[in-house]
Amino acid sequence: MDVSISINGEAVSRDVEPRQLLVHFIRETPGLTGTHWGCDTSNCGACVVQMDGEPVKSCTILAVMCEGHEIRTVESLEVDGQLDPIQMGFHETHALQCGFCTPGMLMTTRALLDENPNPTDDEIRTAISGAICRCTGYKNIVSAVRWAAEYEAAQSGAAATQEV
Amino acid sequence: MQTPAAFEYERATSVEGAIASLQRLGSEARVIAGGHSLLPMMKLRLANPEHLIDINDLTELSYIREEDAEIRIGALTRHVDLLKSELLFRHAPLFRDAENVIADPVVRNRGTIGGSLCQADAAEDLSAVCTAIKAKAVVRGADGERVVEMADFHVGPYMTAVGDGELLTEVRIPLRRKGGSAHEKVERRAGDWAIAAASAAVWLEGRTIVDAGIGLSAVGLTTIHLTRAEELLRGEAPSDELFAMAGEIASADCAPSADGRGPVDYKRHLAGVLTRRALLRATARALYQEV
Repeated sequence: MDVSISINGEAVSRDVEPRQLLVHFIRETPGLTGTHWGCDTSNCGACVVQMDGEPVKSCTILAVMCEGHEIRTVESLEVDGQLDPIQMGFHETHALQCGFCTPGMLMTTRALLDENPNPTDDEIRTAISGAICRCTGYKNIVSAVRWAAEYEAAQSGAAATQEV
Repeated sequence: MQTPAAFEYERATSVEGAIASLQRLGSEARVIAGGHSLLPMMKLRLANPEHLIDINDLTELSYIREEDAEIRIGALTRHVDLLKSELLFRHAPLFRDAENVIADPVVRNRGTIGGSLCQADAAEDLSAVCTAIKAKAVVRGADGERVVEMADFHVGPYMTAVGDGELLTEVRIPLRRKGGSAHEKVERRAGDWAIAAASAAVWLEGRTIVDAGIGLSAVGLTTIHLTRAEELLRGEAPSDELFAMAGEIASADCAPSADGRGPVDYKRHLAGVLTRRALLRATARALYQEV
């Protein structure tokens, strides 16, 4: 059946089988392979994208269920060569090694900071409790989110000062 | 790659339309809401519906409100909203206890109370929660609504009182005075299914328990409604000894099977301990409005 989904602000249309999962639609139709396909059982979190601003596991949503919804993938974070602060945080604190979990971690923690700009370490750990990383032991991921939170607070403080 | 077998997909635009489709398609159709139980089962061919009716657009089924001395929860209400609801927390804090440990926050953005109850997985937390708090399920069909007591809702493993051509639309929680409730769960790791979990609710008059509700998860083929322990508690004053006896009944009346999460004797022990703890916390909340 025909489906049209807004992915990173662009309408993507295709005739798909109803059984096609969102993760495969994203990877195959617009060819955005940043969203990783991991456990296929909604346990690992590698496939997390944002649906209307909320993180969701794209291996457990049908593409046809997303018609009329806004999907954002990891490719939307960097704009004109400028990394999103959450990406800068992962870079600065060495929060990845193999990188397989990173797209899901980025989209999950970007949504966390959008809802809660100053999360505690516990809140960060809860937010990523549905995502598995086999390299970092999570410590540097938590540090990266803290880094991004502090960076964004400093940026908005600087912007406020400029306005005065 | 795990992909469900082929099926026809239909997106419902009204409750009546969804029910009409379910009537027409009969047992070959399933409702999909969050999909976080159904799609994994379809990938594994444990469920093979030929038609899926997507009810995610029926936002009129997403609400938590107080009405006619009940809290009414729309079937499409997602776990994240149950977790955050202050109204629900004030009157039935066991929901927040449970929601904090159901799957993970990303899954909780999708999963719904209606889906959880209709999945009728014995290891699922909300079935025990709704059993303990003596909730009622509103089931709608072509001929109108009927209200099913939670004690009659689960009729077997993965089987409910919701028939072909019917839709669970609402969960109702009676508001009763001087009540307290709690949910206790032990799992192997964050977000996992329970090894065992116990939900308890008590209602007091003075220092006497006038009614109690207890449900157990993951220690039987279905959610276990601990009626024998409820009878023991009625008319008694709460005490450690009384709750220890209720725990012994829980250990005796559950029916766990050995699996990767533990052997039978451990699960029986755990069911007893968690029942006692849930009763203690529920009573503390009833007495002191501890939260």
